[in-house]
Amino acid sequence: MTALKPHLIATIFGVIWVAIAPFVASAFTITLMNYIGIGAIVALGLVLLTGLGGLTSFGQAAFVGIGAYSTAWLSVKVGYSPWLGLILALVVMGAIALAVGFVTLRVGGHYLPLSTIAWGIAIYFLFGNIPGLGQHDGIAGIPPISIAGWSFASNSAVYYLIWIALGLAMVAISNLLQSREGRAVRSLRGGETMLASVGIDLFRMRLIIFVIAALLAAIAGWLYAHMNRFVSPSPFEVRPSIEYLLMAMSGGAGSVYGAVIGATLVTLLKDKIQDVLPYLSKNAGQLEIIVFSVLLIILLQRARGGIVSILRRIWPVTPTLPTIGERGLEKRRQPERGQPLLEINEITKRFGGLVAVNKVSFKLATGEILGLIGPNGAGKSTMFNLITGSLKSDGGTARFLDKDITNAPQRRIAVGGIGRTFQHVKLRPNMSVLDNVLLGTYSRTSAGFVTGALKLDRAEDAEAVAEAMRQLERVGLADKALEPAGSLPLGSQRIVEVARALATDPILLMLDEPAAGLRRQEKDQLGQLLRTLRSEGVTILLVEHDMDFVMGLVDRAVVMVFGSKLMDGTPAEVRASPQVQEAYLGGVA
Amino acid sequence: MDAEIALLLTIDGIANGAIYVLIALGTVLIFSVTRVMFVPFGDIAAVSALTLAMLQGGQLPGTVWLVALLAAIATVLELGQLAQAGKLAQAPRAILGFALLPALPIAAAVMLNGVPLPIFAQMLLTLALVTPIAPLIDRIVFRPLADASALVLLMVAVAVHFALSGLSLMFFGPEGFRTEPISREIFTFGPVTLSAQMLFMLGAAILFSWLLYVFFERTIAGKSLRATAINRVGARIVGIRPARTSTIAYILASLLGGISGLLIGPVATLYYDSGFLIGLKAFVGAVVGGLASYPMAAVGAILIGILESFASFWSSTLKESIVFAALIPILVWRSFLSGSHESEEEDEDIA
Repeated sequence: MTALKPHLIATIFGVIWVAIAPFVASAFTITLMNYIGIGAIVALGLVLLTGLGGLTSFGQAAFVGIGAYSTAWLSVKVGYSPWLGLILALVVMGAIALAVGFVTLRVGGHYLPLSTIAWGIAIYFLFGNIPGLGQHDGIAGIPPISIAGWSFASNSAVYYLIWIALGLAMVAISNLLQSREGRAVRSLRGGETMLASVGIDLFRMRLIIFVIAALLAAIAGWLYAHMNRFVSPSPFEVRPSIEYLLMAMSGGAGSVYGAVIGATLVTLLKDKIQDVLPYLSKNAGQLEIIVFSVLLIILLQRARGGIVSILRRIWPVTPTLPTIGERGLEKRRQPERGQPLLEINEITKRFGGLVAVNKVSFKLATGEILGLIGPNGAGKSTMFNLITGSLKSDGGTARFLDKDITNAPQRRIAVGGIGRTFQHVKLRPNMSVLDNVLLGTYSRTSAGFVTGALKLDRAEDAEAVAEAMRQLERVGLADKALEPAGSLPLGSQRIVEVARALATDPILLMLDEPAAGLRRQEKDQLGQLLRTLRSEGVTILLVEHDMDFVMGLVDRAVVMVFGSKLMDGTPAEVRASPQVQEAYLGGVA
Repeated sequence: MDAEIALLLTIDGIANGAIYVLIALGTVLIFSVTRVMFVPFGDIAAVSALTLAMLQGGQLPGTVWLVALLAAIATVLELGQLAQAGKLAQAPRAILGFALLPALPIAAAVMLNGVPLPIFAQMLLTLALVTPIAPLIDRIVFRPLADASALVLLMVAVAVHFALSGLSLMFFGPEGFRTEPISREIFTFGPVTLSAQMLFMLGAAILFSWLLYVFFERTIAGKSLRATAINRVGARIVGIRPARTSTIAYILASLLGGISGLLIGPVATLYYDSGFLIGLKAFVGAVVGGLASYPMAAVGAILIGILESFASFWSSTLKESIVFAALIPILVWRSFLSGSHESEEEDEDIA
């Protein structure tokens, strides 16, 4: 092996420090570290939710509160064990997160974060006004956690509990991120169409990470309640939510380590500010929020990647190939050559008064390469989107393998065997080429979140890696597997998209203007690849307006002009057609 | 509850909603022009009310320091940027815009300090003091982030709110204030009693909504704002400068926030941090219109006012919970209307 990597050394020192801290550090340091640990557990959830999933929550502190109040109520008012309190906290939190998530995660963009403020406030006011929860006085006298008579009452005992919980959560989340569902989480910002094209359900993924983040917050709340032995509403309002967000953002919103680094930074800073501010103003208690807000603004203006991204720039992590399986994934049975595969019958699409696609019909047989061609504005891409389900048609039918797929959801069409690429490349630029192609295997594998977090998915994952590597070899990019997809030239990115589509084991491969924006040499390479795929029997439908590129490649072409089908035939027939010449050149001279 | 109480609550609610109307309109305005969810709107309203209260109490309002601080930061940033770009020739213009113009109301407030003014003059002075706040925040905070995603802009906006409320605490102190109403007259129509202040609130909401409409329909500046909202790139191509449109939008935002502060001042005791809830309620109203429609935002704001007044009748302690929980059904309804075509935009990576 090469020399020890800095992040590995840092991790080892970190773990040793955490293990011996209670023997060497002051009681005050341990108290601070308790708060750091609890903050880091919440921030870890936000790393998943905000850093990777792109969903901002300003209500996370309210979720911490739900965990804390659940266990406080059960252990004080009912008198049950704190461990039952943990179960109650998780159950209550899970139910609330599912309900809130189900309602608010469908509305995207800015609505979601703002609704988190709203329910964050609503929940906070509930804590302060429900008589059973002690109203604004809170609940005191919460018992410490104990295992088999051994009590975690002292500061340093609960310290170990907190940091073990944090350690386990970190291991689980980082396992998860390397698994099938984790790769899907990391690509959530790629947009719904890209996700659906490999069979990932955006809403389901969002809901699950929302619930995971909420459960982590509830665990943090449980630890907080039994550490502090007292809960009141104020630590669960919107302001501490901002602090949790700041922890996740300052550490590095996409990294498991970032959560701990950020939590440490924010907690220590908060402590220092509380020491310093009283000298500056009599309203000091509130002033720390100014400092924090200004820091967050500067951070978002200057270094959106947080501390971890700065560290990564200094000590780049060299990626290594994961274990590659022997067999690869099972393939579906391809229909026999020459069988009718896709039947488009009088499909129509209107955009207001404009008829973009007007009663177009054509057929495609297995093993064929069909080009859908026409001048700009002919409705080719609209047609493409109608077949792949990203647009809904206004009439006509589409049948695939003798099944009606007219206006079926995109994801069902993709899983049913239509793999696609995009005119504007939709790769995740910061993920490796291999990880991008692995997304294609999503619908062919089954490991879930829990399996992934417990690392029980390794056998299946190795086969998925084998499959992805096989597709990369097929397209000639195996040597680029570990490079970030965004670092490749456009031509290679297009080819990575082809490999991702091939990894879905498609029956039909659909390419949307694959040659657009490519240089001569890149076009030749792409043409070469498509010819190889044809010789391997892959059925291809491609939309293109570069005639030279298409004509040397396809078996048959469908020509569209102004939304209608002009003709279809072999390249020679199409070339000879005066109508086609007129459409392209505006009349035969 | 009988019909009389219901009527009373409704009227009360409409009057309260009138305050939210102006902020809701401003929220839609800023969002459509700049993609920023301007969370600190309520803070500007609170600052405005506190400014008027301090003027009425014969004190020099803390706004003077707030605006001076913001203007100083903005000027330094602008000059630094000009120096870096080697465009120091434009420095006088920058000083005029970011230092001298905001200094005018400050100077006026300092000179008039202790002079008893008629209430309308106090209000005018308040508005003049409040107006520079939002454009200066735009220059300091949002302009360097012009390329950021809507999500980052939102996080920043929330941070600005907290910074602003912290600064308000520093400059206004923790005490609550209530301003003098313009008139204490009460009118009785059968079972219904209306205060002059209520009518004033309603009238102001209608008047300024109408003025906003005229601004958008009849002036070049208003049209350039609408153009930017509809198509940012297109507007830029025809020569509409984004920095200029956003400055205009933020000046309007300050004015709308300031006016609603003047209206709410006499009917509620306001503190340095009261603005947050006011702004959020107005936001809930704006969401009714999908953050895109001005008339629907106004209707939504009135509905929130009515809901609030009924909620406080049913349970004064759970009032806030009820009002904010109302956002959830509204969101469901909006998402039902808009279908599921929302996440097509690819987000930039934060990490």
